[in-house]
Order: sequence, then C-alpha cells, then structure tokens
Amino acid sequence: MLAAGFLRSPYARARIRSIDLDAARRARGIVLALSGSDLADIRPLPDMGSRLTKRWLDRVRPRTQFPRQRLLAEELTHWVGEPVAVVVGGDRYLVEDALDAIAVDYEPLEPVVDLRRAAHPDAPKVHPELEDNVIFDFEVALGDAAGAFATAERTLRRRIRSGRNAAVPLECRVTAAVPNVRTGELTVYSGTQTPHTLRRTTAECLGMPESAIRVIVPDVGGGFGGKNSVYPEEVLVAYLARRLGRPVKWVEDRRENLLSMTQGRDQDIEAEAAFDGDGRVLAVRVNQWLDCGAYEPQGPVVTYQTFTHLLGPYRIRHLQFHGRSVATNKAPQAPYRGAGRPEAVLVMESLMDGVASELSLDPAEVRQRNLIGPQALPYNVGIPFRDGNDVVYDSGNYPELLNRVLDTAGYHSLRSQQAERRKLGGKLLGIGLACYVEATGTGPFEGAAISIDPSGEVTLATGGCSQGQGHEISLAQVVAELWMIEPERVRIVLGDTAHIAYGAGTYASRTLQLVSAAAVEASANLREKLRLLAAGLLEATADDIDVDLQNRRLAVKGDPSRAVSLAQVARAAAPGWGSTGAGDGAGLQATAYFAPSTQAWASAAHLALVEVDPAHATVIVKRFLVCHDAGRVINPLLAEGQIVGGVATGLGGALLEEVVYDEAGQLLTGTLMDYLIPAATDVPNVELDHIETLNPNHPLGVKGLGEGGTVGAPAAIARAIADALQPLGVDVDTLPVTPERLFRLLQGEAQPSHSAK
Amino acid sequence: MPEPSRAPLFGLVTMELQVNGRPAEGRVEPRKLLLDFLRDDLRLTGTHAGCEHGVCGACTVILDGRTVRSCLTFALQVAGHDVWTVEGMAQGDELSPLQNAFHQQHGLQCGYCTPGMLMSALELLHERSNPNELEIRQAISGNLCRCTGYQNIVKSIRAVADAYQAGAIERAMGDIWPKPERRSSHG
Repeated sequence: MLAAGFLRSPYARARIRSIDLDAARRARGIVLALSGSDLADIRPLPDMGSRLTKRWLDRVRPRTQFPRQRLLAEELTHWVGEPVAVVVGGDRYLVEDALDAIAVDYEPLEPVVDLRRAAHPDAPKVHPELEDNVIFDFEVALGDAAGAFATAERTLRRRIRSGRNAAVPLECRVTAAVPNVRTGELTVYSGTQTPHTLRRTTAECLGMPESAIRVIVPDVGGGFGGKNSVYPEEVLVAYLARRLGRPVKWVEDRRENLLSMTQGRDQDIEAEAAFDGDGRVLAVRVNQWLDCGAYEPQGPVVTYQTFTHLLGPYRIRHLQFHGRSVATNKAPQAPYRGAGRPEAVLVMESLMDGVASELSLDPAEVRQRNLIGPQALPYNVGIPFRDGNDVVYDSGNYPELLNRVLDTAGYHSLRSQQAERRKLGGKLLGIGLACYVEATGTGPFEGAAISIDPSGEVTLATGGCSQGQGHEISLAQVVAELWMIEPERVRIVLGDTAHIAYGAGTYASRTLQLVSAAAVEASANLREKLRLLAAGLLEATADDIDVDLQNRRLAVKGDPSRAVSLAQVARAAAPGWGSTGAGDGAGLQATAYFAPSTQAWASAAHLALVEVDPAHATVIVKRFLVCHDAGRVINPLLAEGQIVGGVATGLGGALLEEVVYDEAGQLLTGTLMDYLIPAATDVPNVELDHIETLNPNHPLGVKGLGEGGTVGAPAAIARAIADALQPLGVDVDTLPVTPERLFRLLQGEAQPSHSAK
Repeated sequence: MPEPSRAPLFGLVTMELQVNGRPAEGRVEPRKLLLDFLRDDLRLTGTHAGCEHGVCGACTVILDGRTVRSCLTFALQVAGHDVWTVEGMAQGDELSPLQNAFHQQHGLQCGYCTPGMLMSALELLHERSNPNELEIRQAISGNLCRCTGYQNIVKSIRAVADAYQAGAIERAMGDIWPKPERRSSHG
C-alpha cells in the first residue's frame, strides 16, 4: 500500500507562477508527484449548483454563480490549505520528506477575508471568472412585512454574529483505493458519509462506468457533516491508484483537517422585529451574510436553511428575508451539524428576549404568547423549503416542550435565586431559553434492500452509513420487529455500493427515518412474494399463508401440516428448471427506495442555567435541560446519546469554538490548543425529557434527531449569559462568548469582529 | 514498475520491549513515533491518531504504569520498557469490566476516542477506586470526545467503580500494572 500526501497552499490568495517537482520525484521512496497541470486526464468536480431542484429555483429565483472547484489548484490558490500538489511514496514519512522538497513560486495577492467587504460589488474577486463574490443571493417575502413595520407599536433591531466552526471529528479523513489491474475495477475505502455520491463523482471525474467502482465505508470516527462532501483528495487517491495500478492510501492529519475540511456557521445577520404591546411578534426583517469561504461544495444549503428555520415554532405571518453566500479566501463551507439552523435559532431567540426586555415581560411568557399551539397543526408557514414545497409543520406540541423544561428546571425558583444573587453581588446567574423546530429527513430518497437467507437470517442493506449513530442497532430493531425474529438474526450492511444500487447517504438527520420507511415498504413486498411462492408450492392462495421466520417455515393458516421450509421457498424463488421464480422477481429479496414527500419537523425546547463570574470573565453551564420531540423513538439510549453529544457541540459553539483567520487569510487556529472543543470538564450533565408526536408521513411515525442538541444549545447558552448580564445593560450578540468577549461585555466595550487584529 | 526504495534516511535500530505482557521487537528509524510503530509495525491498530500534537488523547497508551501520548513519544524511547494498549484489556473474547461497562452504558458512539479513554480510566481507577464525578471528569479531561458529550463515559467509569465497591468484581482492571521494581523513571 503506497502512501499519498498533499502539498497545501501557504497563501490564501496567490498566483502560482511555477511548481518544481523534480526534487520530490527523485526523493527516496517516491513513485509519483503531480501538480494541477498534470491532471489533464481527469474531469473537474461537478458543478456545486447541480443539487438545486427546478421547483425551488422557479419559486425562489435566486441569483447564483457557482465557481468550479479544481482537484489541485492551478493558476490561483483560494485558501490556505488548498491542495496544490500530491506525492505518492513508500510511507507517509518519506512522502512528507518529498513534500518539503517541492518548490513553488507563488506571487502573493491581496486576499479577501472580511465578509461584509467581500460582498461589495467592487471587492477583489476570489474567483476572477465570476461577476463578484456573492455566489448566492435570494430574497423571499411572506405577507407584508413593510406594512407591518409601518404600523407596528414597537420595533427593535439586532445584529447577531455566529463565529466560524470546524467539524473536528476525532478521526480525520481517510481514503484508500485498491485497483484490480486485471479487470479494471476499483474499490475505494473512504470515511465518507455519502458512498454512492462518492462513487458517482469518482466515475465522472475518472471517466469510468459507475459499475466498475465499489465504495466501501468502514468504521468511521465521526463525521458531523465534514465528511459529507466529495473532496478533491478522495477523487485523486482513486485516480492515483488506477494510474499506478497499486493500492494508495491517504490519511489526513489534524493540521490538514483544521485547514481544509469544510467548515460551518460564520454568519452575520441583521434582524428587526415588529411587535405589539403584549409581546406578540408580528413581522421580522432579516439581512443575512454567510461567509462560505472559497467554495460551497454542496451548494447554498446552509444559507437557505437559516432562512427556512428562522421563524421557528412562532406564529409570525410577515417576513422579509434577504440572504447571501459570500465567497472569501477561507476554507470552503458545507453543512456542519445543525447546518444553518443554530444561527437561525440564535437570531430568533435574541429577538424574543429583546421583546421581553423592551416590555419588561418574562422571556418565557413572551415565548408562550408567540408559540404556535398544537391545535393549529398542520401549520403552513407560507415559505418554500429547499425542495420547493411549502414548509408545513406536520405535528408537534411546542408549548408543551417549553412548559416541561420550565417545570423540570423549577423556573420560578431559579428566578428567585437569580434575584437573590443580584442583591448579593458576585457571581451572576442567568437563564436562557431556546425553542425551535428542525427539518429532518431530507430527500430525495434512501433505500432498503432486504433479503432472506434460507437459514432464516434477514439482511438489510442501505446506502446510509454510520459514523457513530448506531444505525446497525436501530435498523436491526426495525427489521427484527417487521419480521418477528430476534435482532441477533438480522444483518445490517451499511455504506457499501455493491449491496444496493442507489443511495444518498447519512446527513441532515435522515438515515433511521428514511431507511426504516424503505424497510417497511420492502418488507411488505417481500412478504407478499414469500406468500405467493409458498402458495404456489402448497396449492393454496397467498392470503392463506402464515410466514413464520422464527421457525423457518411457511404454512397454511389453520393447517400446520401443510407447510414448506424456507429453504424450499428459496429454491423455488431461484431461476431454474421447473421453478416459479424468474426474471426480475427472482430470489428472496426486495428493494424499496423511500422518497419523503417533505421534511419531518422535529422540535425541542432547551433551557440553560449559567453562572457568570464577572471577576474572572468565566462562564459555567450549571444545568442544561432538553425536552425534545422526534416522533417515535426507536432506541432511547441511542437517541439520548445523540442529544447529549449535540448539546456538547452546541456548548462548544457558544463558548469555545472559533476558526480565526487573520487579515492575510492565515489560519490562526491550526491546532487543538487553539481551536478548543469541549472537554469532559466543560459539559454539564444534560437533563433529558421527551414527548412523541408521530410523524404523519412515516409508517412508523419516526422523525430525525441527530442534530437537535446542536441546534438549540448555542442560543440557550448565549441567552443565558445575556440574561445574567441584564443588570449591566449589555446584550450578547456574538458567538462564541470567549473570556475575552465576556470581559469586553463586562467593561461595556464593543465586541471585536471575527478577524484577529 | 521498480519498487520504491524503502531504505530509511537514518538507519534502522533494533529494539525489544514488552507489549501487553509479551515480548515484542522492532526495527525502526529514530524518528518513528510510538503511535506508528504500534499501528504499522505491530499491527495493534486499537491506538488511534487524532491530532499528532498531544492534545486529543486518542493515542493514549500506558507506559510503565503511566499514561502517555504515543504521538509525542518516539518508538525507540520505549526500548526495554513496558507498554500496554487497549488490546491488552480483554482476555480473548471476554471483555474487561471497563470495556463491558462502556458497552452497557453506551459510553461510546463512533469509538475513536474510546481506546485512549479506556487507558485514562484504567489509570484513574488504579489510583482511586472510588472517584467522584468531578475526579472522573478531570481524569478524562485530556481525552477529547466529539460524539458523546461525556455523560455516558462518566457513567461507565462510575459503574465499574460501583461494581468494585460492591465486591462484584475483584479488580477494576487486569494485570496491567507492573510490579514496583520494574517501574522505571521516564519523562
């Protein structure tokens, strides 16, 4: 197995005058070294706009201009960390030696790093072939916001900034490609969240038929969205293996990961609310800028998702929203756990607290006055989702979620304690709330291929995969119940393109939801087939047949002596002389692809209790409560694990995590000592509660929940800190609330922007 | 195509050591990390690379009875010493009490941080058989986990401590700790 390594650009924006690979090629143990000009026989990555549906484009009519991402930088570099050359050799140590020997002549150019300035039409262009840096621009109006603002009793404005975050899965990216030189086939092992998409993209770029490529996803050490995009490195490893006729493996190191895995958040949002004297929010106007770095490999998903989630579970009938993705010379942005939702919730919860503050009302009371009640569902929000369909909250009980966390927390008692502490001085208590809805289970589809072995073992294969969610277990539970056998006799095959023809992947809190629905459909089809085959053998009708997988037999109802074994049915299902099975229907297997009609809307309420120490500018999260609704919960232990993990991630975004670039576009947070993810001493025990309102569009009533904890926690913690500091008259409008930012808040100073000075 | 030369830059050094209670040996370049030696040379892939700069703890192993970062240790530094990795915890197919507890309490999701977490937990339970929650969290504060939020990891370690307190298990860990006379003073 050969090792591959990448030379990465040290400049955010530079012209590449020349690359000298001679010394690298002659270095000990090196077999190949390539730069961008050596890749004439590979096609570029597909257009990132290719994921946009026509229906959505027709409704929203955005302005889009998507730059084409190169596999290796050619004339221009676009961010510090962009791959510029690749080297292949005996092991990673030798490859690193050779990378050091590559001489690149760069002409550094002025980089574009300030988000708001980058959006200006006259700003230097990140991509010279585009008109400007605004690669996605859209406006959507709901109702009559202008009219509502003109006649409103009160208005308020906020400017909310969410710092840039990195996914930081504990395992970095890894790709290995093994060519079969005799047949021309290629097997690619990658820690990807989307094996079928990786296969399709690799096939397109390498000019190979998809059927000649197999993608296998082994155990993956975390993804969180960072492994959802198809990366240049993955395609190049496949190319190198094929070109060399030898297995090639690339193992990313943490430095590369912090430099060039896709990143998230990084939004600057100006929001206004119009409200009445009772605290009811009537209209919201938003101007959004999202810093998408050099590319958006998955298109404008995050930017638009902030829009669709902004109104949340609140009854607001007028909205004016103008959103943009702005290119800068930073790492590309793609969905990262939450994918635009946390930023939306942060804005809305800030507005709600603003309303409470202006009217001297309790923040929980203001929310209750605005929440959509359960009797109003299904509730058509009146805005288009990214699939082009209306956003309709299908089921839920938002007031119940809030009431439960308030109850469990002892809200009124906490307010009393807070008041006491304020009189005493010293450390301050703060209570923060976040109520939100969360679209889960995005289309277009996911599949389940179910097959039955004559031994009675049932196998489910799907294009979904696991980075720690435990899908192997929860899906086995579903199959076991559908077929009335023990989970131990169910085999789940995830993330292997050889086992199912089509797949979308694991992201957007979709896998258990969509695959279980597909499993229900495939199982129904397969059960029907079994009955037909058995009926044929027993000269009965299909309706008269009992399927007993436990005992591996099928019998006529009421007459157990007339029975056939599963093995007999399997033989009958196989094509052959005198058999009934033939053509497409042969074999004991059925595949179904479930295409959801629309998103399933999960929801939750979060409550954070924080203690702020003004003397040391520190924040401790003392308690954190969640009441969530993800429809029917298949495995409570796994579900809770996802929520607690998500809350920890959200806490990181609220207090610790920030990707920082300087004015030269240099990454300042290039190690885990600089980019801080929560440690065990940072996260409290999360108190969990849940309700179940079944998803009416799903056979089992399941909704998604993988991102939920992350969606609400940043807002809850930010609002808790703001609540603690209320007597000082300062508000929290920038995340993360690092000790420095908190110190400045306490001093009454303006917040520093995200680039370091 | 000619085989790429694997001839090392600095010459290979032969070394012997104890790994998981058994003698092991290797021929390594001086610059080879202990992490890579364990994974590539000895094929003990339970120890994981998370950052290669000593912060995340995924590479934690036990050297002469103390946890160390194998990403910050050169293989040659442990010549003649005693190394334990996660592979030394189970007895054949029988998981150790700690591993069982992680399994029961859902103390792992992706599992990437888990071997390092187990090593730190072993060290904690060796030093304190009845740690409180704060002590547990502090002991694992050098092992980053992105999946679990730590709650169930704390529960897992607490479960083993409880079982030990109740006399349900004889020892919290296996025969990992060297006899006092074999401890050597290293960094």
